[in-house]
Amino acid sequence: MSVPTLESTAVEAGPTPGVRTRRGVRSPAFVAGVVVVGAILALALVSLIWTPYGLDQASPGARLSGPSALHWAGTDRLGRDQFTQLMLGAWTAVWVGFSSVVVASVIGVPLGLVAAAAGRMVDDAIAGLIDIVIAFPTLLLAMLLVTVYGASTGVAVTAIGIGLSAEVARLTRISASRVFTQDFVLAARTCGTRPVMILVRHVLPNIWHTLVVQATLAFGIAVVAEASLSYLGLGTPPPAPSWGRMLQEAQATVSVAPWNVVLPGLAVAATVIGVNLLGDGLRELLDPQLRERSRQGADR
Amino acid sequence: MLGYLLRRVTWLLGSLVVAGSAIFFLLRVLPGDPAVTLLAVGASPDQLDAIRHQLGTDRPLLEQFTGWFGGLLSGQLGESLFTRLPVLDQIVGRLPVTLPLALSAFVLSLLVAVPIGILAAVRRRGVAGIVVSALAQLGIALPVFWVGIILVWLVAVDWRLLPPGGFPRDAWLEPTLAARSLVLPVITLTVAQTSVLVRYVRSATLDVLNQEYIRTARSLGYSLTQALWRHGLRNGAAPVVNVLGVLLASSLLGTVVIESVFALPGLGTLLLTSVKARDLPVVQGTVFLMTATVLVVGLVVDVVQRLIDPRLRGGAG
Repeated sequence: MSVPTLESTAVEAGPTPGVRTRRGVRSPAFVAGVVVVGAILALALVSLIWTPYGLDQASPGARLSGPSALHWAGTDRLGRDQFTQLMLGAWTAVWVGFSSVVVASVIGVPLGLVAAAAGRMVDDAIAGLIDIVIAFPTLLLAMLLVTVYGASTGVAVTAIGIGLSAEVARLTRISASRVFTQDFVLAARTCGTRPVMILVRHVLPNIWHTLVVQATLAFGIAVVAEASLSYLGLGTPPPAPSWGRMLQEAQATVSVAPWNVVLPGLAVAATVIGVNLLGDGLRELLDPQLRERSRQGADR
Repeated sequence: MLGYLLRRVTWLLGSLVVAGSAIFFLLRVLPGDPAVTLLAVGASPDQLDAIRHQLGTDRPLLEQFTGWFGGLLSGQLGESLFTRLPVLDQIVGRLPVTLPLALSAFVLSLLVAVPIGILAAVRRRGVAGIVVSALAQLGIALPVFWVGIILVWLVAVDWRLLPPGGFPRDAWLEPTLAARSLVLPVITLTVAQTSVLVRYVRSATLDVLNQEYIRTARSLGYSLTQALWRHGLRNGAAPVVNVLGVLLASSLLGTVVIESVFALPGLGTLLLTSVKARDLPVVQGTVFLMTATVLVVGLVVDVVQRLIDPRLRGGAG
């Protein structure tokens, strides 16, 4: 079961008149992506050294209060500051997203490269493996691992990373084998260049921009996956805050304190959309062929 | 076609064996002893031995492994550590909740996404196209359970139109109650699935629209709708059918989260509680059945695709 990939997640990928994505002139979507992702990153980093309140610091007089000057995002059932939790949750999301993408790349990229470089037998075996991993959903893998090791951030990262690695391997394999059929690879081979050097010097430079874009998309998927796992109680365990668990805790009091549900949900959505916009911008920025075409103003 | 089917079924059986072994060995690297988990700390060694014997964990790993596969072949998945009920019976007992939920969300999202996706492609520069694309993007970015919680808040708690969660004890013996309690879960799951599907339908239609046969048909006097209906549908269907398998699988898996939001006693809830209680046989059996379903759906999709697209059938394929 092979899944066709979508070329773009942008609302409209074609260059619109007036907005040329030349070097130096960035599309507004890309700028929006940078701003949103930058803001989330800043929140996450600042949370390491400063938060408005302590994580467990409860204000008993202000349970389930709405957003105010004292509590920018209101308080939860126990009177804990929600903005503090949102900030620390941003750190969890960024950390889990980043680690999952690293795990996925460390497994997926070499696997894809080997499949593309090796002979038919190895290629078929790896392609089959990728198909099985794609068919085996991240959620089920996470559940198996949690049964064995209990819920932890490490388990979430492992499960999400392995789940994402299949797609990374698939993409690496396809793009790398496309490069392998090129004449300059044949020329390099004729010159006696070792296979490893061909990979490093000729293949990687031609596919890395695809992989970077895929990594940004994978980051968004990982953030949603982390929130879902934490919501189910399979992800980051208490006391470390997570947007998913904030939602789970706020669900019971949604009619009294809807902002406690709305804000973490928006945080997840903003992160994912921001990262996707960033990925689309990077695609146009990094891909030499796309850049060339948009410079000529040709429609994609 | 027959040869292809044979190869594909062999591949499926191989995948099932691989998946079954992977699940078994993943669960057997358990650092703690299930017997200790079950009896709590402080049980006497005799009691522990008795439980280990009852669970079968005192037997060699290879014997347990062949036992698990033998059980699979004869349809036996073992019994729960806690309720002592056969795993298969428990799973079957949960299907009246999970199957209607997953299947109706799947069908609904198909009915909604295909027309909307085609519209978004045909009017891609218009308001409709841009709105649909933006909504689809939003639908993917928002977690499913968030959509569910908001729906419960608005429809069930505020307006009191539908039950916020739960399922009648008599299940489908009370058809109205049962159906009513599935409305919100189905809508939530449909929203999530539609967001994914719309983008595939849209990009498949865009591909078709740029084809020369559509231009030829137009130049012969067909309207765009006629041209799409006669030539576009079948050509555009292939990539979309490919996604349907993934979509059906994710509908099934999506029930895990959805059932948790709406407190439905379905397969997902069974799995989640068993994971938290470390009820190995139930987790093992349920995960295997879900994986098997995903693999079988994949096979069906591949076969259907060949029926739709004659180009795939010819030659060595």
